[in-house]
Amino acid sequence: MTDIATDREIDRSQMQVSDEVAIQISDMNKWFGAFHVLRDINLTVYRGERIVVCGPSGSGKSTLIRCINRLEEHQAGQIVVDGTELSNDLKNIDRIRSEVGMCFQHFNLFPHLTILENCTLAPLWVRKTPKKEAEEVAMHYLEKVKIPEQADKYPGQLSGGQQQRVAIARSLCMRPQIMLFDEPTSALDPEMIKEVLDTMIELAQEGMTMICVTHEMGFARQVANRVIFMDQGQIVEQNEPEEFFNNPQSDRTKLFLSQILGH
Amino acid sequence: MSEVHAETTRFVRTEMVAEQDPPITETGAVKWVRENLFSGWLNVLLTVLSLFIIYTILAALLPWFANSVWTAESLAGCREVLSEQGLSGHGGACFSVITERWNQLIFGFYPPELYWRPILAFVVFLLGIAPVLFQGMPRQALWGSMAAPFVVYWLIWGGSLWGPVLTAAGFGIGAAAFIVISRAAGNILGSLAALLLPVLFWMFLVSPLVSGLASVAPLEITKVESNDIGGFMLALIIGISGIILSLPLGILLALGRQSHLFIITKVSVAFIEIIRGVPLIVWLFTASLLLNYFLPPGTDFDLMLRVIIMVTLFASAYIAEVVRGGLAALPKGQYEAADALGLDYAKSMRLIILPQALKISIPGIVNTFIGLFKDTTLVVFIGLLDPIGLTNAIRATTEWNGIYWELFIFIGLMFFIFCYSMGRYSIYLEKKLQREHR
Repeated sequence: MTDIATDREIDRSQMQVSDEVAIQISDMNKWFGAFHVLRDINLTVYRGERIVVCGPSGSGKSTLIRCINRLEEHQAGQIVVDGTELSNDLKNIDRIRSEVGMCFQHFNLFPHLTILENCTLAPLWVRKTPKKEAEEVAMHYLEKVKIPEQADKYPGQLSGGQQQRVAIARSLCMRPQIMLFDEPTSALDPEMIKEVLDTMIELAQEGMTMICVTHEMGFARQVANRVIFMDQGQIVEQNEPEEFFNNPQSDRTKLFLSQILGH
Repeated sequence: MSEVHAETTRFVRTEMVAEQDPPITETGAVKWVRENLFSGWLNVLLTVLSLFIIYTILAALLPWFANSVWTAESLAGCREVLSEQGLSGHGGACFSVITERWNQLIFGFYPPELYWRPILAFVVFLLGIAPVLFQGMPRQALWGSMAAPFVVYWLIWGGSLWGPVLTAAGFGIGAAAFIVISRAAGNILGSLAALLLPVLFWMFLVSPLVSGLASVAPLEITKVESNDIGGFMLALIIGISGIILSLPLGILLALGRQSHLFIITKVSVAFIEIIRGVPLIVWLFTASLLLNYFLPPGTDFDLMLRVIIMVTLFASAYIAEVVRGGLAALPKGQYEAADALGLDYAKSMRLIILPQALKISIPGIVNTFIGLFKDTTLVVFIGLLDPIGLTNAIRATTEWNGIYWELFIFIGLMFFIFCYSMGRYSIYLEKKLQREHR
């Protein structure tokens, strides 16, 4: 595994963290049946933060970010996104979802729609944007992820890396305040990982609030302002990336880092 | 050329070999015959045997068709024509029964002077269905498709134009109620109003309004009773109504079965399992006999309408299971991606899930439709005069007593044409969607 996500200069000075709270998770617990997946999660995310969540598989990291846009329901505690608490109120959930973008491991583009239609669908039907404007916005973001020429193709005709970049563009078309990434590069070939990470770095430099579940430690080191390590449904350690990698505190973190960086 | 060879013998090509045709055994028909019919001794044996069987069948059938009589007024007359040609009574087919009774086989006992009405109705149906089946047509044509069922109804059954117009108005009231009330009081109340208001309108307002309006401006054409409708017209009316109505109902049931709401799930499952678990013929008897006990005395509830409802319910249970298969085949990520973009349930189903699930389900859906269409012949058992029922009626006359094959071959051929067209359409649609999505 490479230690450096990109060879280009990253200007961290542009990535400002404000003191405005974007996400507030307090005493959150979640069970799958009798299995206690998330235990006493407390996490405050400020606007402009880039948080990388890592940990062994089954540690609950994906479940954690899926709780933030209610793809999973939590059973105890509180999650407040952009000042709105996630409850059973469907209106709140739909509103939060339209303001929180999400990218999945397997992209989940809609195969029956063209790239452009994938990008304009939510603005058209959720935001009620006029068609022309939605298409302009979509083309803008497709240019940003560097595939405007693919706009009229179907997802099945694109490579994995291109599909993931379309998925990012699709989320951006809703102009989200927060972006969640659920292992966005795990299903990709090495050379495609880079193109997706480049896109994410660009996003970070523009000040997007990001929570990213990933095993790309190079990305964490260069882009994140905070790394969270999870194990057995709990946050075991969190720190600034330099400290986290050079001076891990818990034994569990040390073991994990030695395994993931060892080869 | 290997290295060793090149070192030991010197060779320089001075002339290039021109392209030549392959040997005759490797091209065209000869190659095909060799590969497919005579590739080994077993294959040769099977080919010869098959040819013999095909010959035997054709040798018996072809003269029967070739010698068929198309103009005779009765079976006896037909046999006479055959014996004049020196053939036995079974030496040729008597297709004259079809030319003689053509109108009856197609229209049943529909008044002959009004035959133009069902024919026109069929044309209206074809014009209405075309924009739905083929995408090349302008989208505005779909408005015509929505009006077509009411026009077709009016043409076939006749009566006052106000009946179909006001029935259609009921749908308009439902749509308007949904738009107005869901904006004011939420989707659930809106849907409820959209269901209730039209039903109340149809139950209590339509018939006084129809008679009121008819007394002002009659706009009436001759009424035809359902009893007079028979033959292929009957089969088509029941089959097509069942097909068109069972698809939306089946989709709703499939979605209901997947729902997270306990009562909706259980009701859907119970409906599907009960309808599917009982033979159609039992449901048809229920429609024709039992419903009379449950309905208030004096209600005039058309038998054909009851049959259409039963056939629709029966087919929708099958459609529901086919569509459920399509829904289950979609990766969970599609649901999640739709949710994550903030699409609500109705929109994610309509825009993301159903287009993909239905595409997967096309072969199964068309298969169910073909089954439904052929099952319309079962209505003979409850006394409706579908084509099979008419063969009994035709045989009951002195002229055609004892004729079987010719009628059944004709009916089989007609059903085959309709079912085969549906099958071809399914393949066309699959190929088209395949092309578009790849």
